[in-house]
Amino acid sequence: MKLDSLIPAPLRKPAKPGEGNGAKGAAPADLKTAPPERPTDTKKLADRAVEAPVDALAWVDQRTAASGFLTGMLFRKVPKGTNWFYTLGSATLFAFIVQAITGVFLAMFYTPSTTQAYASISHINNEVFLGAFVHGLHKWGSSVMVILIFLHMGRTFFFGAYKYPRELNWVIGVVLLILTMTMAFTGYLLPFDQRSFWASVVGININGTGPVVGPYLSDFLRAGPELGATTLSRFYAIHMLLVPGAIIALIGAHLYLVVKLGTTAPPWLKAKKPKAAAPVSQLNASANGSDK
Amino acid sequence: MKPADKQAYLEEYELLKKKGKPFFPYAVMKDSAMMLLVAAVIIAMSIVLGAEQGPKADPTSTTYVPRPEWYFFFLFELLRVIKPPELVPIATIGIPTICMVLLLLLPFYDRGPERNPIRRPIATTAGVMTIVAMAYLTFLGATGGSPTEIEMEVAPRYEAGKEIVAGAGCLACHKIGENGGTIGPELTHIAQLVPRAAIVRSVEIGPDIMPSYRDLPPKKLNELADFLSSLD
Repeated sequence: MKLDSLIPAPLRKPAKPGEGNGAKGAAPADLKTAPPERPTDTKKLADRAVEAPVDALAWVDQRTAASGFLTGMLFRKVPKGTNWFYTLGSATLFAFIVQAITGVFLAMFYTPSTTQAYASISHINNEVFLGAFVHGLHKWGSSVMVILIFLHMGRTFFFGAYKYPRELNWVIGVVLLILTMTMAFTGYLLPFDQRSFWASVVGININGTGPVVGPYLSDFLRAGPELGATTLSRFYAIHMLLVPGAIIALIGAHLYLVVKLGTTAPPWLKAKKPKAAAPVSQLNASANGSDK
Repeated sequence: MKPADKQAYLEEYELLKKKGKPFFPYAVMKDSAMMLLVAAVIIAMSIVLGAEQGPKADPTSTTYVPRPEWYFFFLFELLRVIKPPELVPIATIGIPTICMVLLLLLPFYDRGPERNPIRRPIATTAGVMTIVAMAYLTFLGATGGSPTEIEMEVAPRYEAGKEIVAGAGCLACHKIGENGGTIGPELTHIAQLVPRAAIVRSVEIGPDIMPSYRDLPPKKLNELADFLSSLD
């Protein structure tokens, strides 16, 4: 398989029993007249240098047993009929990664204070190298991420992919949706221009009209009688520490369950049952055979 | 879902999975292509649309029209569609909270074994209706009136005056029909209380805390007074 040459030896798919380990050809007929060449010290060193990266990988693998997980994850089969709709989840993840990276660079230049926030954004836009571009990526990336997460949820809903055994992953996904909207809301205040300021005032007031916890929630968000310095630093901390941490942890859990349970097949596909309806125990036992 | 259904699903899935292709490189290729597309879209938006700053935040200004980011338009519109004050909490937090709880618990009340959207008419209809409702509210929020719009039917000859009142920021303080603030007196029936000449004088002088609109061109002032003196 051509792919194998691209993958380091410890990560390669193990050979099937009886297929050999790649050593080919018979031993020399006469060891006396044609003795195997004795390698020189330099050649030994060169060989060892060539092997070094593989040895290092093997060293790590011995201690982590990561190769088993990696091969299992990379070569696991995705069901028949997997189509473009199934790329929406990884696209959402990609949008999040864009937000995380651009966010780090914006944080290097942004000052979360009511007196300096606006000027620091002007500085990013007008003076920092590629600042306006990175700011634009972060601003529009948020819209793209919101659209993608809703599309991903729509796909999961209409394909019935939230049903047994993937209920828990749906719940995690909905929490991720809420956290993404929290990011969108808290991030909107940070540029501290008229639009973001008054949108946040309205947003906080809307929260305040809610039943029972509404007033407490708006008090917590506003952090004072009026939207001001403490509100801004509070939104900043929520936007770049609290919620991103929670999102990263939940994405980890989400992906773990995706790998563990497998992605769904499109709901209109039906597998052709083998002629004799074999019980599942026998199907598992004959997993090596082809069923085409 | 009964245990037999669960077992049947797992068997079916096992078969479909065996007929599938390895995640690497087949699914990875599709995912990567999609990611490249997303990257291209974000980069294009950043370059074309940019990230311009608006005017600096000014907590003392009262004429600025507050509008949320587009993805909260549906919430914002919900607030505007439902007018009676006692229903506002239901509109703003009640409905979204109920929707969120319903969404979160979806797999626990929709437990049927069927997955094909065509054979799940209730779920599919509910999903489509939710999308349509959210899209409609977002559309309303995007196009429809900002708070500088007066949603009131008037005779065509008063239309010009209505536009001037809406554009001049009167609603920041005055209530007209369903729109506007409560800082100044309500103007919905102002013609019953004040004659036209007094309206013109108030607009020109700006009594008390009201700013003066002396700089308004006479034609516009005339149209504005026509509209206001028609409100009875």
